[in-house]
Amino acid sequence: MSFTADELKRMYTTMVLIRKFELNTIEIFAERMKRGDFPGALHSSEGQEAIAVGVSSQLRRDDYVFSTYRGHGHAIAKGIPIEKVVAEVHGRATGASRGYGGSMHLFDTSINFMGGNGIVGAGLPLALGTGYAAVKRGTDQVTAVYFGDGGASQGAFHEAVNMAAIKKYPIIFICENNLYAATTHVSANCPIDDIGERAKAYGIPGPVIDGNNLIEVADTVGAAVARARTGDGPTLIECKTWRHRAHCMVIPEHRPGKDRKYWAGRDPIDHMRDYLISENIAAAAAIEQLEADAQQQLDAAVAYMQDSPLPDPAEVLEVVYAG
Amino acid sequence: MPADTATMRKLKPIVAMNEALDTVMAEDDDVVLFGEDIGAYGGVWALSKGLQKKYGEARVFDTPLSECAIMGTCAGAAMAGLRPVIEIMYVDFMTIAMDPLVNQASKIRLMSGGAFDLAMTIIAPFGAGTCEAAQHSNSLEAWFLNTPGLKVVAPSTVYDTKGLLAAAIRDNNPVMYLWHKMLYDLEEEVPGGDWIVPLGEAAVRCEGDDITVVAYSLMMYRAMEAAAEFDGRISVEVIDPRTLHPFDLDTVLTSLRKTGRLLVVHESPTRCGVGADIVRRVCDAGFELLRQAPRVLGGKDSPIPFSKPLENAVIPQVADIRAAIEAMVQ
Repeated sequence: MSFTADELKRMYTTMVLIRKFELNTIEIFAERMKRGDFPGALHSSEGQEAIAVGVSSQLRRDDYVFSTYRGHGHAIAKGIPIEKVVAEVHGRATGASRGYGGSMHLFDTSINFMGGNGIVGAGLPLALGTGYAAVKRGTDQVTAVYFGDGGASQGAFHEAVNMAAIKKYPIIFICENNLYAATTHVSANCPIDDIGERAKAYGIPGPVIDGNNLIEVADTVGAAVARARTGDGPTLIECKTWRHRAHCMVIPEHRPGKDRKYWAGRDPIDHMRDYLISENIAAAAAIEQLEADAQQQLDAAVAYMQDSPLPDPAEVLEVVYAG
Repeated sequence: MPADTATMRKLKPIVAMNEALDTVMAEDDDVVLFGEDIGAYGGVWALSKGLQKKYGEARVFDTPLSECAIMGTCAGAAMAGLRPVIEIMYVDFMTIAMDPLVNQASKIRLMSGGAFDLAMTIIAPFGAGTCEAAQHSNSLEAWFLNTPGLKVVAPSTVYDTKGLLAAAIRDNNPVMYLWHKMLYDLEEEVPGGDWIVPLGEAAVRCEGDDITVVAYSLMMYRAMEAAAEFDGRISVEVIDPRTLHPFDLDTVLTSLRKTGRLLVVHESPTRCGVGADIVRRVCDAGFELLRQAPRVLGGKDSPIPFSKPLENAVIPQVADIRAAIEAMVQ
């Protein structure tokens, strides 16, 4: 995969924006919780930015994405404007889902971002539908669907991968294996070392890659997208990664120190920064500027959210049924 | 072609459904149909007979035996703007498909702030009477009625079977379309051509002055049979809601202004059931119309047993309905 210097810098900036967004959101949520004002569940994707940005780098605006409850990065990388994401997680009327969805349910029809999901593995069967729709209409749109190591234990995973393989639907199944499903280690969820190995049972490719390496993610996803667009069917990609935080804000950190130490040296943003410098794509000062740009985008988005109204409860029943 | 009463003919419900599908598929390329055995075979109930040949494998096709995947495909295709119709072979198998329906399809419109319309129809047969035992005999409509975001249709007559399905497929929401297996061999006269029966409109099946019986699907026929047995001694008005949500309360209230007595009959469980909610609605909107306590005659608090006398014992029979009416009108 060859990226221009500008593309690489843009991708780096997006990774940093996701990171800054996650840190800022946790800060605001923690502050509210301290006041006894529980603002809802929050699942930080901090540490998994390379997957979101690498996957989206290979997708067109009209390609479909189904996300998870750890999906802020997916949404930002696919292209939901950052202010709409910030406004949604804080329940504002100007949010991506007008305040009806929240952190786990970001949607944007204009870029075919088909929502996060509060149910583990539940995006996979839905992805069959957009995969089928593209085939039926004869477009070359692909569908990327994210799930975790826990999601791979759901029946929905097996039903969906099986059917997609039979029908050759243009779907990229992206497993973000961050090693823990809430507090359960992946070894208690999967009897083999690699979830990607399961692809064999369905006769499709199942590459297992370093999810913290943006270029490796982009390369692997790029090949899977090319395969899907030309009618050769789905691919299962397992991205090994690590979330920096516990499962969500209300579950205390429990993962052993040796795991955390191992992964602390494998941060995807650090990795990308080193890459930009070692490949002479950007010097340290230029990288600082990219980081400042990301900060500025986030600050503007937070200000936008703070100026935005809360939703009008009088309208709540209007969105349940279509006319 | 509009309904043509000059060319009346006899029709079975499954053929009526097949005709409705044919009509909407001919006029809208976004309407697609899939499920287990739905392709070349034409469906185990013959729902899709001839349709794959006519509309092609891209629009009418088989799926693996994976109800969760079928429902997920349906919801995802609806999100992409298609108008999918699926068959779940028995409503009992909906348990496997509940997440993509109840957590996804019914909620995505709200969760997205109204951005997505999910125009999709799930066709599923329900009900006891065929001695297929506890996992092929359920009536699960109350589950779906307890799920905001869904509409629920339960036709009785062949005319309604066709007209309501055409309306369900054209509706822009997820619709559970439930037909009763015991009506499979029903044959009724219907016009030629096509028609629509709008969702949310009840039908008065017979007029009467003494008591209002609300019953849908198979139980409508049993209520009619019970009503006829009184031979004018008790004058029974039978109302068929046809659509359970949205529910046509006005037609029931209008009837109660005349009769003052309400009996609801259904075969799904009585506990937390369809009838309980109809009684609740009537009490909220027209308690003063009731001259005595309303009653619900529903399925017993039991899974459906196999052997015929056992099966009959847990589902309202004509004699049970007659006795309930008699007890109320004395």
